[in-house]
Amino acid sequence: MSIIPNILFAIILIAGIGYFAKNVKKLIRNINLGRDVDVSDNTSQRWKNMARIALGQSKMVHRPIAGFLHIIVYVGFVIINIEVLEIIIDGLFGTLRIFSGLGVVYGCLIGAFEILASLVFVAVIIFWIRRNVIKLQRFWKPEMKGWPKNDGNIILYFEMVLMTLFLVMNATDVHFQAMNSGNVISQFIAPLFSGLSEGTLHIIERAAWWIHIIGILTFLNYLYFSKHLHILLAFPNTYYGSVKPKGELDNLEAVTKEVMMMMDPNADPFAPPAENESGEEEVAKFGASDVQDLNWVQLLNAYTCTECGRCTSECPANQTGKKLSPRKIMMDTRDRLEEVGKNIDANNGVFNDDGKQLFGDYITNEELWACTSCNACVEACPVSINPLSIIIDMRRYLVMEQSAAPVELNNMMTNIENNGAPWPYNQMDRLNWKDE
Amino acid sequence: MSELLKVPTMAEYMAQGKQPDVLFWVGCAGSFDDRAKKITKAFVKLLNKAHVDFAVLGTEESCTGDPAKRAGNEFLFQMQAVTNIEVLNAYEVKKIVTACPHCFNTIKNEYPELGGNYEVMHHTQFLKSLLDEGKLTIEGGKFKGKRITFHDPCYLGRANNVYEAPRDLIKKLDAELVEMKNCKSKGLCCGAGGAQMFKDAEKGDKEVNVARTEQAIEVKPDIIAAGCPFCNTMMTDGVKAKDKEADVEVMDIAELIANAQDL
Repeated sequence: MSIIPNILFAIILIAGIGYFAKNVKKLIRNINLGRDVDVSDNTSQRWKNMARIALGQSKMVHRPIAGFLHIIVYVGFVIINIEVLEIIIDGLFGTLRIFSGLGVVYGCLIGAFEILASLVFVAVIIFWIRRNVIKLQRFWKPEMKGWPKNDGNIILYFEMVLMTLFLVMNATDVHFQAMNSGNVISQFIAPLFSGLSEGTLHIIERAAWWIHIIGILTFLNYLYFSKHLHILLAFPNTYYGSVKPKGELDNLEAVTKEVMMMMDPNADPFAPPAENESGEEEVAKFGASDVQDLNWVQLLNAYTCTECGRCTSECPANQTGKKLSPRKIMMDTRDRLEEVGKNIDANNGVFNDDGKQLFGDYITNEELWACTSCNACVEACPVSINPLSIIIDMRRYLVMEQSAAPVELNNMMTNIENNGAPWPYNQMDRLNWKDE
Repeated sequence: MSELLKVPTMAEYMAQGKQPDVLFWVGCAGSFDDRAKKITKAFVKLLNKAHVDFAVLGTEESCTGDPAKRAGNEFLFQMQAVTNIEVLNAYEVKKIVTACPHCFNTIKNEYPELGGNYEVMHHTQFLKSLLDEGKLTIEGGKFKGKRITFHDPCYLGRANNVYEAPRDLIKKLDAELVEMKNCKSKGLCCGAGGAQMFKDAEKGDKEVNVARTEQAIEVKPDIIAAGCPFCNTMMTDGVKAKDKEADVEVMDIAELIANAQDL
């Protein structure tokens, strides 16, 4: 027997996994462009969150139809991948269905895979109908035009084709059909090929087998270029997601230092600013105007977003026709981060200022100032993404670096500064209600 | 009427060498806003009725900094926070109750890191505990059979997972608690949070408070119950915008309980 197919298989496998690994490295580098943030606390709670939210899909089922269909695809995806192990062994060593020696167990396994594959196929068709025929509103928002829309459909086509190939592969495998164990679905597909010679069947079976595994490797590599990274990143993202009450915003440490110094009667107001080790003056920017100002968990959030739009559909600003869409905030962050990443790739590992930034070139004033900080988007996200934290960080930049708050908010803040209330009332009148 | 209210200040307690059981954090809306002042008074009446040993900061209280922080002015927020914490710590405050979910959230969640550690309760939680301890009784009477829907304030509900205390109190009124399409963790914002209270809304096709009021009106309530002075204003405006003032009243939970007892 020729070993050429085995060598060819090994080359394809190594190339497929190798290219993916290269992109994963790039992904990690890009995420690490973000500021450091301490997430070493509450480890047990974090593991629980990951188990419940990512593994257990607990938030997906808040919308029962989409949740149910998603669980089918998710379980199908995870379990059918056991089959990929067999394909890899067969491919490398020239064996045929290496696990078939398991007998009844093998039949049960393949039977389960076939049922799941059919269910996934049906679920994916329904997903496609929801997007393209029923046209669910959240898939047709302005930010979903062009690539994001096509991306969503391409993924569905991929899954349809992969599931079909898996079933055709089984249906045209004469030995497997003769075993008559585990061919629960494929036995009904086999008659479609009944008129063909055994040689032709073998060719179809081999073709389906090869295209299936090449399809899987292509899909794996497609992930990095699509919104679909959530199938991997949902796990770290739910682990690193906030374990604090949703209402709690972080207190900026750099500000705390300055405030404490102002309150300290012994502080020297004329002292030179602290210098770091290299002797350069450390210029801390307040808030975020670009992706490097965000922390790495926020950047991980951006790569994890699969653009389902549950956040946007729950957003009170978006519901009432404002420009703000929390999903767009995440998409913009990811797109800008990718742009910065490509810039670094093109300039030998150093970012070359391109005169662009997240604020202004991607996210506008109008979007940022429409947010009510109600946390509906954070609550809605099935994978613990927090668009609100990015909005607040960008407001911080606008207010503390640019002094660019809306006039009415400047008035409110001046009032707080002068008389301790957002309205122009005298602090000495605070208890007047008692005698009114 | 007003002379019936007993509102001691922390300074007075200090002068007598005493320490109250709890500090009532009134908040800016509760101190200055005409509508919210009524809520403040209703809550004080209940505190007096239940003989709660409390005090207020009075003129020593200042904005928690919540709207500044949410508007992005972290500097102003921390200045406010640190100043307030100095006052609270000087009075050795241990426990705080407030009728404003924004003050509640800020003091409870954002002050500890800056040196302010207190047990903080929303007034609905506090009233519920008074009831559980038998210090306060509620007789439904006036609200018996009335349809009441509760609008979850974002900063009480989603932000801090307090959903049941206000509902338990409404049920105690023998009223019929009806839920809106969006309630509890799915509650729709009134539109005031994140400093929106102090600015015009961005361009859109509808006001958030009107959208929320429509959801409330859908369940045909006699009363929209609120637990936040800002939600109260927004919902009251929403009811006006929908010309439903004759049919629907917006009331704080504290007012419902105080009114039920004709306080």
